[in-house]
Amino acid sequence: MLSETKTAFGGKTPKFGVVVFPGSNCDHDTYYALRKILDLDVIFLWHKQTSLEDCDVIILPGGFSYGDYLRTGAISRFSPIMNEVISFANKGGYVFGICNGFQILLEAGLLPGVMIRNESLNFVCKDVYLKIGNKNTVFTKGLDGKDSLKIPIAHGEGNYFADQNTLMELEDNNQIVFQYCSNNGTISIEDNPNGSVQNIAGIINKKGNVLGMMPHPERSTDPVLGKTDGSLIFRALANNIFN
Amino acid sequence: MFKAKVLIKRRKTILDPQGKAVEIGAKHLGLSNIKNTRIDKYIEFDVDTKNKKAAEEEVNDYCKKLLANPIMEDYEFTLEEV
Repeated sequence: MLSETKTAFGGKTPKFGVVVFPGSNCDHDTYYALRKILDLDVIFLWHKQTSLEDCDVIILPGGFSYGDYLRTGAISRFSPIMNEVISFANKGGYVFGICNGFQILLEAGLLPGVMIRNESLNFVCKDVYLKIGNKNTVFTKGLDGKDSLKIPIAHGEGNYFADQNTLMELEDNNQIVFQYCSNNGTISIEDNPNGSVQNIAGIINKKGNVLGMMPHPERSTDPVLGKTDGSLIFRALANNIFN
Repeated sequence: MFKAKVLIKRRKTILDPQGKAVEIGAKHLGLSNIKNTRIDKYIEFDVDTKNKKAAEEEVNDYCKKLLANPIMEDYEFTLEEV
């Protein structure tokens, strides 16, 4: 598997940087998935540093940065590295926010909308299925054969909310990349784990270089854990960046 | 120096799951007249300026950029010289 991944990049491999905030707890999982499972080049970036060290993709990982105080992601958004991440994103650099990372992207204004407490008030930790709403992004191109991806969620505040105008804009621009669905790809309220509007699990910005998603693809990469659909997203990203 | 007292309220159009859950507790208590429970945030801090206008500006900045998320919340505050 490792050699297949290497050759797929046609020589040039992207460098991933995983930002470590105080309270991040999926940083090592993400590093492990990229380095050990997908054999990709990855480094950690401390939130106080101001250099992105020539990374091609910045990952804001899951966790409870700054204890989720005030609002999820609200304080991390002002960590020193975020100025660099925002200007990197504005120049077209690839930024991928997972769970708490998605919440940080919303607070930073890199993605529209807000995240509120799950409708049930429960912290929900389980496998969910995701319908891919846009297979033309750098994160999803090449996943044509897949109707849905099986990836776990683990969050207390994943209830995505945006006003009607923002939702219309997201739809019009094909920015809704992932929606919670059943295992055969149908979308209904029964498959919505947190109350998100339109079952939204992940969105991309208009330019197509910043993606945020609540589910954890890094927890669905190691075959030992019985599911590997998450690796498809990282692999698609690595394959598509230089193409 | 001024004491700032900030109240941050989630807009009425946005669901407040906490308020809803707490209200279920009220029903269980037999308090059947309780309606529309909303849980908001109250924050207190000092602003070390001599001039009230400067204090107001700084509190507005703090609220807009960090304490409140303007997409879903409104804020109001009072300043009292201490």
